[in-house]
Amino acid sequence: MSGGHSSYTPTTGIEKWLDARLPLPRLMYDSFVAYPVPRNLNYAYTFGGILAIMLVAQIMTGIVLAMHYAATTQLAFDSVEHIMRDVNSGWLLRYLHSNGASFFFIAVYVHIFRGLYYGSYKAPREMLWILGVIIYLLMMATGFMGYVLPWGQMSFWGATVITGFFTAFPIIGEPIQQLLLGGFAVDNPTLNRFYSLHYLLPFMIAGVVILHVWALHVTGQTNPTGIEVKSKTDTLAFTPYATVKDSFAMMLFLLVFAYFVFYIPNYLGHPDNYTQANPLVTPAHIVPEWYYLPFYAILRAITFNIGPIDSKLGGVIAMFGSILVLFVVPWLDTSKVRSAVYRPWFKLFFWIFVVDCIILGWLGSKPAEGTYVAMAQVATLYYFAFFVVVMPLLGLIETPRRMPNSITESVLEKAGDGGGAQPDAAAAAPETRG
Amino acid sequence: MKKFVTGILTFAASCIVAVTMSSASEFPIKKPKHVDWSFAGPFGTYDKVQLQRGLKIFKEVCSACHSMKLVAFRSLEDLGYSEEQVKAFAAEYEVTDGPNSDGEMFDRAAKPSDRFPSPFPNVEAAAAANNGAPPPDFSLIAKARGVERGFPTFVFDIFTQYAEGGPDYIYSLLTGYGEEPHGHGEIPEGTYYNPYFVASQSLAMAAPLSDELVTYDDGSPETVDQYARDITAFLMWAAEPHMEDRKKTGFRVIVFLLIFSALLYVVKKRVWSGVAH
Repeated sequence: MSGGHSSYTPTTGIEKWLDARLPLPRLMYDSFVAYPVPRNLNYAYTFGGILAIMLVAQIMTGIVLAMHYAATTQLAFDSVEHIMRDVNSGWLLRYLHSNGASFFFIAVYVHIFRGLYYGSYKAPREMLWILGVIIYLLMMATGFMGYVLPWGQMSFWGATVITGFFTAFPIIGEPIQQLLLGGFAVDNPTLNRFYSLHYLLPFMIAGVVILHVWALHVTGQTNPTGIEVKSKTDTLAFTPYATVKDSFAMMLFLLVFAYFVFYIPNYLGHPDNYTQANPLVTPAHIVPEWYYLPFYAILRAITFNIGPIDSKLGGVIAMFGSILVLFVVPWLDTSKVRSAVYRPWFKLFFWIFVVDCIILGWLGSKPAEGTYVAMAQVATLYYFAFFVVVMPLLGLIETPRRMPNSITESVLEKAGDGGGAQPDAAAAAPETRG
Repeated sequence: MKKFVTGILTFAASCIVAVTMSSASEFPIKKPKHVDWSFAGPFGTYDKVQLQRGLKIFKEVCSACHSMKLVAFRSLEDLGYSEEQVKAFAAEYEVTDGPNSDGEMFDRAAKPSDRFPSPFPNVEAAAAANNGAPPPDFSLIAKARGVERGFPTFVFDIFTQYAEGGPDYIYSLLTGYGEEPHGHGEIPEGTYYNPYFVASQSLAMAAPLSDELVTYDDGSPETVDQYARDITAFLMWAAEPHMEDRKKTGFRVIVFLLIFSALLYVVKKRVWSGVAH
């Protein structure tokens, strides 16, 4: 996978036998041991590994939860409480799974912002980026359907509101909504198909993750300088360097995760979801989970008609557009320089964009009235302007800072006058260290 | 550049604060009071004697209208009762079972494996008997209620481990009756003013507690305040019976992760020493 040549040499008889028939150890060795990674990766680059273990953790807790859950409107709510009260360590599995979804999204947001900051989407990594956006879309669908399963008030009304988006589309809208719901309103058929899809989609995510990692191993990783790997001194072996650093970052991430699971497990949830779904009682404010709030704010920011498009359809188009725009980011950015480190103006606009997304998230949790609407409109405008105005224009007018010639040079510059840095020796025999 | 970014962040933050203060939602009229709960914090535990008092209040007062259909009698052993005591307690209730071999439903004394029977056969009956407002089930009420904390409090809540929004709300509601209504217009007939009620200025439930309503045999004060604390603690237990186990497990997990992280950090340092990066 890594550039065509393999440094794996089977030593034992069993390895030789297997290597001649199914070279799985060779694949593993080339991908996770000898695979060269840029030596200057910082901790922002550890979130890919964190996402991988979060996916595995979600699938494992989810499979056990599914053994105790009943996907019917009569039993769903009580079966979740049965898990919480009567199943051995059921409370742990359930809190791990519900908080795990949130932490999966925290990790994916850091991962996406890191990609935007360091220009990871630029040629030749467009496919890598697009596969990532597909994973993100699948995650959103999975998270949404998972939230419906406990059949609480927010499950039910969230599902009602979100599937209602589709009715905004003329002609095809209502058939799509009825297909999603399995009827005319959220009910037992909805719960059943959401359960089925919630079980299916994580495995589709796993499939796309394999493609994502494959694409990564073809092009190699980016790095904070954005300069491509040029020589052997620019890289280190994945093991032990990246493995130990990733493991350390994972443990820190799991520490924060554990803090939420064991001490404030309901912090990220909504109290209304501890009340069983009731189609006759609408909650005062219907809010989706926190990780959809920016998009929810964009949806509700469009309060005006644009020509033949009424405000409802406009909102839905803006919401879907806000995610779909990510697909074309590699072609929107015209700058030859990859990393924001050498792009002072892009760096500024990037951080405003981050703040903008946080503000949108906060606005999504507020009722759409008064000043909130105006603020959401300004924030939405900037969200799109960042992609369709700033990215193309800035690349043409910005003067980038002076860049080092290679990763090695930038590393040595940072280390001052070579204090303990012997890149050639270090990279030439990485296995002998540590 | 850094200054500029910090400037923008500060500006954005102050905008948020300004908006939060100018548009605080109308209800509840008063924010919930903060109570010092025994179960709060990383080492919080339930006070079993308090839970027993809470159970007494639930049995003698609340259960006349409120169900608690997810809680089984057997779990009352968590409150410090013996198996025999739980058996005897359950036997005071009657549940419908069946059908028997003749195809008839029949009533029998409850067993520890049964759940608390509900005071009304269905929601419609509960609503009809209560002026159209069915009393909510109590199994999860301590987690199903909460007043929005607002910015920036909700950020601090992460670090203070504030997870008692439900109990604080219930306590405040129970002790919030009896004030003179002001502003907010007429009180609808059949409802009772309570500035802590989350959805409106008044609710369909009259003040359920009064001094000396329930007799305590452990010498605790027989006041509305004490009753409210006890029943709230009991409801928190009912909603989250494994909380003590969760926090104990959490402590071990966090200690393990801290040690493991420290070890990994040392290994990482060693592996990367001598490699400029």
